[in-house]
Amino acid sequence: MNFDLTEDRQMLADTLKRYLAEQYDIETRNKVAYELPCHSPDKWTEMAELGICGALVTEDAGGFGGAGFDISVVFEAIGGALCPEPFLGALMASRLLAAAGADQEALVDGSTKYAVGVSEIDAPYNVDYTETTATAAGDAYTLQGRKCAVYGGADADVFLVVAKLDGALAVFSVNAADANVVAYPMIDGGSGAEVVLDDTPATLVLADAKAAIEDAINAGRLALCAEAVGAMDATYAILLDYLKTRKQFGVAIGSFQVLQHRTVDLLTEIEQSRSIVVSAAAGLNDDDATIKVAMAKNLIGRAARQVAEEAIQMHGGIAMTWEYAVSHYAKRLIMIDHQLGDTDHCLSQISTSYAA
Amino acid sequence: MDLSYTPEELAFQQEVRDFFEANLPKHISAAVRSGTELTGEIMQEYHKILSAKGWLATTWPKEFGGPGWTPVERHIFDVESNRYNAPRIVPFGLAMLGPVIQNFGNDRQKAEVLPGILSAEDWWCQGYSEPGAGSDLASLKTRADRDGDFYIVNGQKTWTTLGQYANKIFCLVRTKFDGKPQQGISFLLMDIDLPGIEMRPIRLIEGGHEVNEVFFTDVKVPVENLVGEENKGWTIAKFLLTHERTGIAGVGISMQAVEELKALARTVKRDGKRLIEDPLFAARIARVETDLEAMKITNLRMLFQAQKQGHPGPETSILKIKGTQINQELRDLARRALGASAAPFPGHVTDGNLALTPPDTAANAARYFNNRKTSIFGGSNEIQRNILTKTMLEL
Repeated sequence: MNFDLTEDRQMLADTLKRYLAEQYDIETRNKVAYELPCHSPDKWTEMAELGICGALVTEDAGGFGGAGFDISVVFEAIGGALCPEPFLGALMASRLLAAAGADQEALVDGSTKYAVGVSEIDAPYNVDYTETTATAAGDAYTLQGRKCAVYGGADADVFLVVAKLDGALAVFSVNAADANVVAYPMIDGGSGAEVVLDDTPATLVLADAKAAIEDAINAGRLALCAEAVGAMDATYAILLDYLKTRKQFGVAIGSFQVLQHRTVDLLTEIEQSRSIVVSAAAGLNDDDATIKVAMAKNLIGRAARQVAEEAIQMHGGIAMTWEYAVSHYAKRLIMIDHQLGDTDHCLSQISTSYAA
Repeated sequence: MDLSYTPEELAFQQEVRDFFEANLPKHISAAVRSGTELTGEIMQEYHKILSAKGWLATTWPKEFGGPGWTPVERHIFDVESNRYNAPRIVPFGLAMLGPVIQNFGNDRQKAEVLPGILSAEDWWCQGYSEPGAGSDLASLKTRADRDGDFYIVNGQKTWTTLGQYANKIFCLVRTKFDGKPQQGISFLLMDIDLPGIEMRPIRLIEGGHEVNEVFFTDVKVPVENLVGEENKGWTIAKFLLTHERTGIAGVGISMQAVEELKALARTVKRDGKRLIEDPLFAARIARVETDLEAMKITNLRMLFQAQKQGHPGPETSILKIKGTQINQELRDLARRALGASAAPFPGHVTDGNLALTPPDTAANAARYFNNRKTSIFGGSNEIQRNILTKTMLEL
């Protein structure tokens, strides 16, 4: 066993973290994250040029990464800076395009922004209950339905949409111009979109796509878990600093044992979170990847809530303010649980697998 | 022991229901139901409706113009007002300053201050916390220096809730600068439009404007605005904080939140079924509803106790801690219930065919984040535990 990053991944992490520290401080982030398109197209281009999209794509498909640990390294850095650039869409699209053997050059160089529509209002976390349907019309297809919470949807060029074709899950490509896209800022920053499909022309990317969709969701969940670890680390660092500097009753509040113990509990949960991300990243391409990733998402959902709520509580009122970074980290940490499967959904995925 | 209502209490319950049925405007209940930030106009309108009925000062004794309700009657009002989606009564004048003036004010102050609160003409806000004095309130630094018939006030207050709508503010100020910090504090009343007072908004985590910073620069306050004795304000401050905690269990609002949560879980779908049929989620509701069932009784027991001894005691800290835990858990579940649709920033994708969520639930995530304040304000839950440790454990 070896828990060190490879030299290449360490360099990737260092490069990305340096870029984010220099170019994406929290004030810059808050300026762009809450107003459409809820990210910076210029910074997206710069980060693509740094190779961040390529790091999410396998060599076969024209990238130079795409393994579980490439994903976790990139998204941990993104989480640490609360970077709202739409890499989640690029990652999940890359998994789907790879399964289809499709060209990914425009994804790798960042010139085409992808968003992936998996969720629906009545089926937020489970694609088996997808109600969007595809109809063949000669060689072409049309889609009917509505995808919800399509992350990065504000200015995506292409939507990859999960729909049922003859009762089986399939993936279609929809040009942004052809769909009715209603984009909104999310409460924790970044954009989401409702994509309303009404006789909308689409191109079939992949039929019988259940396994590929599951893989894309697993990769997306891993990314979100790693992002949470980065955000938890950053929150924890701010909290520790505050415990040392904030004085009440004539002493630093960090001298109170009740806060010390609760902070140690957070440290423990964050270390557990780091470990479960390692487990999920290592197992991303294994047969039991879905369970390993569900375990990660379940644990992260619980730990992230504890870190977010306790960080606010131990800070007191200051962390309830927009001006203080912890409030934005806390929102992200809580809302990650609403993306691609929450703690309860993941728990039942694990528990129902026992009797299977 | 008997938990059933007497015929008189049942009649009172009916009277309260009839009152809300007939007098609570639909635009007010709709605004409350939506879970979005209420405007000052709506809160004021509601206060005046209650005032006209003589039901605004729910905790005041009859001699000061309150309805003189028993704990059970107050409980009934709390439950019914929330069931009809009435706003929360803004507590600063009614639940905080009112009792202070009744107990510590002189006759002139009683005559000048109480009628304005009762009629809802005056809107009071609170100048307690400071940037360096939150949990450690006694370390406050805003100073009032005596100059003839005036105090000259300089300093800064923060977390002044709904101060943007207030025309008056009560403040804790330092009037003595040596000795124990608690022994140099005084309680001052001010008009908010005095020269030298400046209010600045604080934007909260979910984007709302509910609290403010207040800056004081050479503000001239007449000495007759001092409540009680100079340097004896800490006693008043503690008295007020204890009163702030009565009703803080939020039983009525949590009972309403449970009903709304169940209705939401019956509406939204997961995996081809209604969310309420998901055993994990249903168990989460069941656990918090069980806690709330006990809290209803705990709250009433402590209200009876407070009435018997003439004032609320330190055990109200239990109501604050457990009541806020229950309410925060309910807000957490209301956010979770929306699944991926909880994401939009408040005010987006809430209308018509494109609505992402069932009616009046689009603000559920914002509400959850906003409600994290309840375990911090009014004396953080850590401070409540300190109070209970000191007063109840005898270690």
